[in-house]
Amino acid sequence: MLHKTKFADKDETMIQFERFTLANGLRVLVHEDNTTPMAVLNILYDVGARDENPEQTGFAHLFEHLMFGGSVNIPSYDEPLQRVGGENNAFTSNDMTNYYITLPAANLETAFWLESDRMLSLAFSEKSLEVQRNVVCEEFKQRYLNQPYGDVWLKLRPLVYKKHPYQWATIGKELSHIEDAKIEDVKAFFKKHYNPQNAIMVVGGAVKLDEVKKLAEKWFGPIEAGEKYVRNLPTEPEQKKAIVETIKADVPLNAIYKVFKMPGKMEEGYPAVDLISDILSQGKSSRLYQNLVQQNPVFSDIKAYNYGSIDTGMFVLEGKPLPGVAMAYADEMIWKELDALKNELIFEDELTKVKNKYESVKEFDEMSLLDKAMNLAFYELFGDAHLANTDIENYRKVNSEEIQKMANQLFTQEKATTLFYLAN
Amino acid sequence: MIDRQQAPDFKQIEDITFIKAKKHLLNNGIPVFEINAGEQELVRIEFIFQNSAWSIDKPIMPSVTNGMLTEGTHSLSSAQIAAKIDYYGAFFQPDFSSDHSSLSLYSLNKYVGDTLPIIKEMLTGSIFPDKELETLLRNQKQRLKVGLEKNDVLARRAFLSALFGDSLYGYANQIEDYDKVKRDNLMAYYQKVYHPANCTIVVSGKITQNILKSILDLFGNWHNEQNVAPFEVEFISSNDKLHYIEKSDALQSAIRIGMPNINKTHPDFIQLQILNTIFGGYFGSRLMNNIREDKGYTYGIGSGMGSLQKAGYFFIASEVGADVCKATLTEIEKEINILKTDLVPEEELALVKNYLMGSLLGSLENAFSHADKFKSLYFYGLDYDYYDRYIQTVKNIQPKELKVLANKYWDYNEFYKVIVGKM
Repeated sequence: MLHKTKFADKDETMIQFERFTLANGLRVLVHEDNTTPMAVLNILYDVGARDENPEQTGFAHLFEHLMFGGSVNIPSYDEPLQRVGGENNAFTSNDMTNYYITLPAANLETAFWLESDRMLSLAFSEKSLEVQRNVVCEEFKQRYLNQPYGDVWLKLRPLVYKKHPYQWATIGKELSHIEDAKIEDVKAFFKKHYNPQNAIMVVGGAVKLDEVKKLAEKWFGPIEAGEKYVRNLPTEPEQKKAIVETIKADVPLNAIYKVFKMPGKMEEGYPAVDLISDILSQGKSSRLYQNLVQQNPVFSDIKAYNYGSIDTGMFVLEGKPLPGVAMAYADEMIWKELDALKNELIFEDELTKVKNKYESVKEFDEMSLLDKAMNLAFYELFGDAHLANTDIENYRKVNSEEIQKMANQLFTQEKATTLFYLAN
Repeated sequence: MIDRQQAPDFKQIEDITFIKAKKHLLNNGIPVFEINAGEQELVRIEFIFQNSAWSIDKPIMPSVTNGMLTEGTHSLSSAQIAAKIDYYGAFFQPDFSSDHSSLSLYSLNKYVGDTLPIIKEMLTGSIFPDKELETLLRNQKQRLKVGLEKNDVLARRAFLSALFGDSLYGYANQIEDYDKVKRDNLMAYYQKVYHPANCTIVVSGKITQNILKSILDLFGNWHNEQNVAPFEVEFISSNDKLHYIEKSDALQSAIRIGMPNINKTHPDFIQLQILNTIFGGYFGSRLMNNIREDKGYTYGIGSGMGSLQKAGYFFIASEVGADVCKATLTEIEKEINILKTDLVPEEELALVKNYLMGSLLGSLENAFSHADKFKSLYFYGLDYDYYDRYIQTVKNIQPKELKVLANKYWDYNEFYKVIVGKM
């Protein structure tokens, strides 16, 4: 097709960083980047929705909101930060909770002051709990209930996971779990998860390692280590029987969701499966678009992606068949594409294409200081921040045989979970 | 022991450095603006065309023309274009906005020699093949059907229609519009808009001589006799202030409130932006503090100032619990009126000033963001002294000026109010 192009000889940019650990167990990574006048302080807590009590789901995320309700010595979190020209936000996933600040580097110490105080202790205000319960309930409605297809993952997760706590979404199983949250639960959750041992801090931008060391000792050094949370989650057993469910709702178009379990982020086989989703769905040259949208129009929209979870993850195919297309036929056409991956070795060019795209996306991502800082934090959580620079080798090594092998391992009838989401 | 109640000292931001665009001119008159910065060996090249005469009988023609650029040329099929671009790890992005139609290339530097010629194909030799056109229309139609089930989408559509009527700025696409698109019309629009005299190129990233030479070689000899059509947008706002779309089963109501307003070229714009920030323009704003952080009525509420080349508008947007929709409107009105009667406290204003300076500094992260800043000036006929003025205004503005502005521009009774859900 095209002449061969390889990235192998590429002199890529690396994310340089230094690492140290405080006596209380807080891990600190420092990435100096003097092309910007800004600094980033990112703190990742090793707690996500998977660590929740099944009777109190949505708690990690509700807790994230409460982290902005004032800490033991500082009544307002946002205001002092805005006063020095900074901004912040946070997100919670099934695996982790991540908080970040960007601010002019000259005012870096304000970020240390604010973040260390809320790691030390929160204010635990009843008013804040009451308001944030409402805010999170409105978020639940806005994103999951008052949207067409918004509740799909509330329905799908429990079909896919029978044992593992990935069976609920980060927002929680139901509104009542959030409505019933008590201040004692909030305090217990803080004690269990929010301490230096369970956190990873990344400081990046126009900062100096020595300065960060000094500030980290000053503000975080005095915080007690706390107890190390030892995670002991059930493993999801292998699926032996196909699961099919049909629901009807007030949506304009039928939709089909098909999920297969897949390796966790740092597990063997993950890069190959990640590349499979690109082969199927990255760009308009991808197989699903070319075969099922363009050439043989079965879907108006179809994509494949995966969740990048730490534990056994989800490989998802999601499509909206065109009006008049029978769901069984749409399902069959998806299988046809999966069978092609199982039965035929993919051409070298196609594999090179998705690898090139992967590397290029990574390169574009590195234009953002915040993205770089988050990547370091994520990979440190996955095992070692150096993986942020070396994980790419695991992608380069993937060959056509491995793609075929993983396709055969994943895409079997009995391991599929299919949800037909039909228009009333 | 450190005193944790005492905030550390902080510094005011004094200087903000802009990487200014350097202008080149191709032989055929196309201006090329270069923003050279960054460590990564990559580049974004944007080809921007001013929209032209929009008409109500062919309302989606300009956006469909733009979307079809990637769908086939004299020498390359849609599939071949996609395969080539994807193979080099590049991205292209057609983009249609109220004022411009554009096509952007994101590419690693070493492949620009391979990827840029494909862009040229799309800009000079698109053929709008029937099959691909059918696919695009079919899929956009399905997507619109889903959009029409979302209250926030309905609210935004009704709001812009109320403000800008049946004009390019106000028109909301209808399902049946997709059945009326004709290939010939697209071809005619393509000829009329995508030509060198109507083209601006903005290139940002780590730019080498080779990249500039590629642009010159490929686009310097692009000739065409077309003249630039004038770009005018005329609109008549709705007579009705309240637009209520009832959804009996709604859990939340989507709210949009506002009115046509000045745009960036007006001398009051920067000051009004500061007032808007206090009111609803950042996380610590009065709307957020009152309606989310104090009352918990919503996941988010904010206000903003939309600037278009031929108009501007002010808007407030939120999705709130259906049972508290009325209460939210009352609070919004109250917050507007407080700004008209009471002076903004010095401490709050000082905070907002610092916040705005910090966010301006933070918004200049990389070459792409510097290029975006440039575009936000250039297409309004403004120069970098706009930002000198911005910085001076932020530093010097006084509470009494803000109060005058609130009275001059904001009148809750004059605002258009769109509610989708229950009230």
